[in-house]
Amino acid sequence: MHLDSETARRNQAFEVGIREYVGMKEGPPFACPDLVNEPMIRHWCEVMGDSNPAYLDADVARKTVHGGIVAPPTMLQTWDMRGYPMRDPALIQNKQRELHALFDRAGYTGVVATDTEQEFIRYLRPGDQITSETTIESISEEKATGLGIGYFIVTRTVFTDQNGDEVGWLTFRVLKFKPSQPPAAVATDGGAPKAPSRIKSPRGHDNAWWWEGIDAGLLLIQKCRDCGALRHPPGPMCGACQSSRWETTESSGEGTVYSYTVLHHPPIPGYDFPCPVVLIDLQEGTRLVANIAACKPEEIHIGMKVECRIEDAGEGMKLPFFYPAR
Amino acid sequence: MSAPTGKSAVVLSDVRVGDSLPELSIPLTASLIVAGALASRDFTPVHHDRSAAQATGLQDVFMNILTTNGLVGRYITDWTGPDAVIRNVAIKLGAPNLPGDTLTFSGTVASREGDELRIEIKGKNSWGDHVTGTVRVVISS
Repeated sequence: MHLDSETARRNQAFEVGIREYVGMKEGPPFACPDLVNEPMIRHWCEVMGDSNPAYLDADVARKTVHGGIVAPPTMLQTWDMRGYPMRDPALIQNKQRELHALFDRAGYTGVVATDTEQEFIRYLRPGDQITSETTIESISEEKATGLGIGYFIVTRTVFTDQNGDEVGWLTFRVLKFKPSQPPAAVATDGGAPKAPSRIKSPRGHDNAWWWEGIDAGLLLIQKCRDCGALRHPPGPMCGACQSSRWETTESSGEGTVYSYTVLHHPPIPGYDFPCPVVLIDLQEGTRLVANIAACKPEEIHIGMKVECRIEDAGEGMKLPFFYPAR
Repeated sequence: MSAPTGKSAVVLSDVRVGDSLPELSIPLTASLIVAGALASRDFTPVHHDRSAAQATGLQDVFMNILTTNGLVGRYITDWTGPDAVIRNVAIKLGAPNLPGDTLTFSGTVASREGDELRIEIKGKNSWGDHVTGTVRVVISS
């Protein structure tokens, strides 16, 4: 259950490889293919249901603070889109794609946008020629998320006009992640969307072995090979003696409630609310955050004796559940 | 301020911190999602091709961010009227927008500095918050 040296070397090379992209431009400045124009503005407003006359009616727009037709500010990114070639990733080559491909090859195949911010320095007008330039601004440390283990990548795009003046900017944050499950079975009946199921176990370099133990019905505890200290959650190094040599021992699953909390809000799809979350003192001497079963929130108390059963939590995912001890 | 359009417009002197914006509900259809993606020149397959969307684990095409941004902008200026200048839109994305659902926007005036309002907005669907964020908008007094 050790990371072999080949895997460690590959992880190291991946970390170095991705960091080289921080601060890099995605490519040369991109001259947006269409001048800002009324037909594209009108088509866009039609779909958005936006009837703001500042975008659509020259006579009315002239009498507003804008003094004439302007493009909707939140249309900023539209001018910079690559259009139909976006259907095929192979048709668009730039440094950001290269970086995403590095992540894909390392197993971080999922991508989801999480945040975006746009600043509008001035509204765009028909006839403006916009140029955009995108920089890869930052890459986070590896994080465990509800979707799987992954990295957040932030890009910043600066927009300038035909005079070289900045008209706005935007930042975009995406998560590149290792999907922690195969794509869920999909409903094809065309009904209302199915609510998401509970968060899947996040499996990274340092903790996948623990979840594999759970899959096999074993509650494992990490143990330092040098000083013998137990630790949880799993990590690469002993907090007591800094050794990175470790082995595992199987827990009896018996313990007591050290502390607990009951979540009421906000309700997270896939969980029953109120949702108790319990910190268990395992008999062996480490602690573990877990679910409690067959017990109402008001029946939980500190010092309560509990025992672990590893059970299916749905969709083939196993989790340790703690039951009041018999 | 005289509203030059006949369209309902908020008057800055009437706005108080804590005021709520009227809610706006938008039925989510495959047509809206696909048309929004194409009107914003975003041809990423997951926004127009159901089988590509299903390969990611969702049941159907889902709304692109540019459309979400567009709807946020519309939600604000439906309330302010045309004599308003949006300065900044910062949003966090959550539950995806899929056909068959409804997106409902709500908003609150969180603070005011001179003519600039900071409005906190939220767009919910049946899964939870699709979008939460802040819009800074200047309304001419």
